[in-house]
Amino acid sequence: MSEFLQQLLNGLSLGAIYALIALGYTMVYGVLRFINFAHSDVFMVGAFIGYYMGKLVPEGTLWGGLAVLGVAMIGCALLGMTIERLAYRRLRSAPTLNVLITAIGVSLLLEYTGQVFFGAAPRNFPAIFPVRNFQIGGVIIGSNQLIVIAVSVVLMIVLQLIVYRTRIGTAMRAVSLNPKAAVLMGVNNDVVISFTFGLGSALAAAGGILYALNYPSIDPLMGVMPGLKAFVAAILGGIGNIPGAALGGLILGTVETFVSGSQWSTYKDAIAFAILIIILLFRPAGLLGRFTVEKV
Amino acid sequence: MRFGPFQATRSLIRCALFFTPLALSLAATTVEPIRVGQFASLTGKEASFGVAAHQGVVLAVEELNARGGVLGRPVEFLVEDIESKAGESATVVKKLIARDKVVAILGGNASTNSLEAAPICQAAHVPMIAISSTNPRVTAMGTYIFRACFIDPFQGAVLAKFARETLHAKHVGLLTSVSAPYSVGLSKVFRERFTAAGGEIAAEQKYTEGDKDFRAQLTALKALQPDAIAATGYYTEAALICQQARALGIDVPIFGGDGWEAPQLLELGGKAVEGTYYSTHYSAESPAPEVQAFIRKFRARYDGQVPDAVAALGYDAMMLLADAMQRAGTTDGPRVRDALAATKDFPGVTGRTTIDAQRNTSKPAIILTVRDGRVQFVTAMRP
Repeated sequence: MSEFLQQLLNGLSLGAIYALIALGYTMVYGVLRFINFAHSDVFMVGAFIGYYMGKLVPEGTLWGGLAVLGVAMIGCALLGMTIERLAYRRLRSAPTLNVLITAIGVSLLLEYTGQVFFGAAPRNFPAIFPVRNFQIGGVIIGSNQLIVIAVSVVLMIVLQLIVYRTRIGTAMRAVSLNPKAAVLMGVNNDVVISFTFGLGSALAAAGGILYALNYPSIDPLMGVMPGLKAFVAAILGGIGNIPGAALGGLILGTVETFVSGSQWSTYKDAIAFAILIIILLFRPAGLLGRFTVEKV
Repeated sequence: MRFGPFQATRSLIRCALFFTPLALSLAATTVEPIRVGQFASLTGKEASFGVAAHQGVVLAVEELNARGGVLGRPVEFLVEDIESKAGESATVVKKLIARDKVVAILGGNASTNSLEAAPICQAAHVPMIAISSTNPRVTAMGTYIFRACFIDPFQGAVLAKFARETLHAKHVGLLTSVSAPYSVGLSKVFRERFTAAGGEIAAEQKYTEGDKDFRAQLTALKALQPDAIAATGYYTEAALICQQARALGIDVPIFGGDGWEAPQLLELGGKAVEGTYYSTHYSAESPAPEVQAFIRKFRARYDGQVPDAVAALGYDAMMLLADAMQRAGTTDGPRVRDALAATKDFPGVTGRTTIDAQRNTSKPAIILTVRDGRVQFVTAMRP
């Protein structure tokens, strides 16, 4: 039983990180109807900002950790907005395929620029938050796992509040529903889209730091696998749907962990993706997504 | 090439330092140099092995050239970076042989890389000495393929004996990297020898190279309450495994093979790798005069850095090759091959080396432990 609970906790803390990254994919898709493949590399940049910032603050303090988290989120928000401004904005009226290919280009650009600046060798991420282990019954709970889950939950609540309780959130939903009508109603689409990228990238940065806290070996290609998994999580939950992304991330993280802990550990990715295919066979729009016919 | 700016400058300086005297001697004598090629991961996640091996080879080449070269000809050394990526080894070895016309190939740290390069060297009849590839299949690829290190069955047997007799372990949990032939081979032999010695494998858990989350596998192992855990993969994953195991409250000894041998094990692992053990090819604490002389030369050449086992093997590989060429009296591939195969009691830094009929070497393994943030000698062992 304690093994089951321990695996559940391991799975939830992994899933919470997938969920944070998945939110970025889903928000951009909701507004612009395209997959921002550079998102997983913004996640990597977030971890590296954390790495360098972590050297400036004293190790193992709560305020230090939060400061690092904050700076990385702001840094990546700016990066995300810059990417949107320079790479995607000109292509807004172009076919989706062009934007998609540009996104892959931006992704590769970030990865290999990262290798030039940071070097390809993995680095040890500093312990920026205090580390303690708690034991409840047979279950060991690491403070980092708690921080991952707590930060993820707080950020998801904040995101939900922004989207449903603020003017900019209303504008985001308006653009998502119908961009042309939103312009006619006086919404400045450029500002809204820029804000969406900033918000999504800030969440990716938080995801990057939390990931690095739990798995403290970071390198410029670290975003590739988590990014792919988060993308799957976003689709699993229903792309464009915020609670769906969170749910998808948690499901994927938990399934992966349970498979890893079983004798089929070699097949953990295969099984995770098989589940995706099965769910999409029965619910093509994802768990919480609504099926809409695209007009071509 | 994906070098960091720092590494790029460093290797430029290194090249300049190395080629200047060579160019001068060439101009003076116009003797055609002997070209030797190496392939190594100078960047990426196995960079520690590649860089160390390269440093060892460079030291040997410089020493040989200072002595007047081999067969009266200077040695020209070329290195290609395989970036820790699958598929690169085959490409760069083809280039070294076809375009640079090297007479021998050194290298292969990870067995995967040597397995890629071996058929190409075999087909071209160019002798290859794998530096730290311990998977037995490497030298089975052909008659031109040799190695400077011991093989996994030997190392697996040593680890089994160590676990059984020194750690007094009875139930051992096994963690294998299924995408690394090195790890798969080592785990297989360990399992056979450990069960033959009266031990029991509690369970074998698997992961793939590049994985970062081992909590699931470790939680499953913890439930079985093993006396020790064998992690047969490489150092990046080993460091993370130790960290996550300690965080999950697993306090039994963790041990592995020579894939752990890297300064990064301590950097990435920190306090979590304290009290862990691994087997390797050589210890800098050995009092043997050839070891101490090697360490002195290495420290003088590389700003006081202490050489690790892979650097020592790189040095030995180059010296083995030079010795064979000297005995063959030529750089002709088939004759160098025959001379290499006939190597007997060569006084290497990693022990007296004899090449057997399978083109493998035999010498005792060294067990090391991490204590007080430093790697320390435990014992030398034969299975």
